[in-house]
Amino acid sequence: MNSFNLSVTVNGILYEREVEPRLLLSDFLRHDLGLTGTHVGCEHGVCGACTILFDNEPARSCLMFAVMAHGHEVTTVEGLGSLENLSPLQESFKEAHGLQCGFCTPGFLTTLTAFLKENPNPSQEEIREALSGNLCRCTGYQHIMEAVELTAEKMRN
Amino acid sequence: MKPPPFEYHAPTTVEEVLTHLAEHGYEAKPLAGGQSLIPMMNFRLAQPSVLVDLNNIPELSYIRPDQNGGVLVGAMTRHKTVGSDPLIAKQVPLVHDAIPSIGTPQVRTRGTFGGSLSHADPSAELVAISVALNARLKARSRKGERWIPANEFFLGSFMSALEPEELLVEISLPRLPERSGWSLMEVARRHNDFALVGIAAVVSLDEAGSCESARMAFLSAGDRPMEAHEAASILKGQKPTAEVIRAAAEKASSTDIEPGSDIHATAEFRRHLANVLTRRALDEAFKRAGEN
Repeated sequence: MNSFNLSVTVNGILYEREVEPRLLLSDFLRHDLGLTGTHVGCEHGVCGACTILFDNEPARSCLMFAVMAHGHEVTTVEGLGSLENLSPLQESFKEAHGLQCGFCTPGFLTTLTAFLKENPNPSQEEIREALSGNLCRCTGYQHIMEAVELTAEKMRN
Repeated sequence: MKPPPFEYHAPTTVEEVLTHLAEHGYEAKPLAGGQSLIPMMNFRLAQPSVLVDLNNIPELSYIRPDQNGGVLVGAMTRHKTVGSDPLIAKQVPLVHDAIPSIGTPQVRTRGTFGGSLSHADPSAELVAISVALNARLKARSRKGERWIPANEFFLGSFMSALEPEELLVEISLPRLPERSGWSLMEVARRHNDFALVGIAAVVSLDEAGSCESARMAFLSAGDRPMEAHEAASILKGQKPTAEVIRAAAEKASSTDIEPGSDIHATAEFRRHLANVLTRRALDEAFKRAGEN
């Protein structure tokens, strides 16, 4: 096999694995590392469910090969918070009913975590623009908007 | 969906890239941001047997002024970086304004200027804009380097003038003359979706307020960025009155473009959109030219 010795930090832990170059980063996270919080929807960059933070920037893990993460830092939804200790954004999603089936949620959480860090006091228009690369078929987005506003409010206080 | 197997190289210098491209020719494909190439590989529309990853080459990522007031952009500069760069915003506002229309926020953190141009998608904003701006593109190979004007770079759908052993390394965005204005207009079904039709326009006025030059390039209106030569000749030397602009828009939408029909829109509807968008774009561009 045409293989590559990959060394990548995911959620603060350094992993070393031998991978095939064609392995998508999304599949590497799910199958090789067992981090199934990253969801795979369309696999061609439309739905946003597989969004992860790549060196703190939101990126679609289905549009990257795992080998491209060599020497980089990846954060998945598992790295944002835990069941016992939700991140402020995760908490707000829960409070504002920002999810129903939950399939798209990991992608929204990673995307919006990076967004709020860059823009802690966003307008509604800016929030709409920020989540325009993520599809949700349950909520109609309104509750997600509210969850973001709630988080921004919490962060201000 | 799994991409087909390929041999992977991750060089750290342009020289190494050129060696790989020279060795593998048509079989090899440079991997820039991957936001178009990887979905094509996921669908197996593209099956390169060798990928040369450009993401570990710092020398390809920069934005700096040139000696004539223009801006030089390294091919691997990411859309997000371009969109937030103060020099680009000041010297090439048309490019600055276009960035939010490219893909989604997550695509813009990975996608690159040079990748978008090399991909030569006739519906890409930067492709049309580089023609409207009269940008020049620097290609390098083991044999040397050459500058290709943007209007000679795009040969057809996803086809550029790059030879298999050549790499696009730099984009030169010229400074606009005094009394110049610009506009980018497009219509898409959904925000961030591919444009049904769009236009990038750059115009300049002479001291008397007549049109000195006008360059218009359409996206999604043919198999390459379609430059509106006939419409430009209607504008040249004329005061940009509503009547002249209407005549130019009629000409551009009826003669200069070759839109096709597909599931998203008929060719007729695209011509209608092109007509309306050309009027709006020229209005805005001439207004800006009068203010600059």
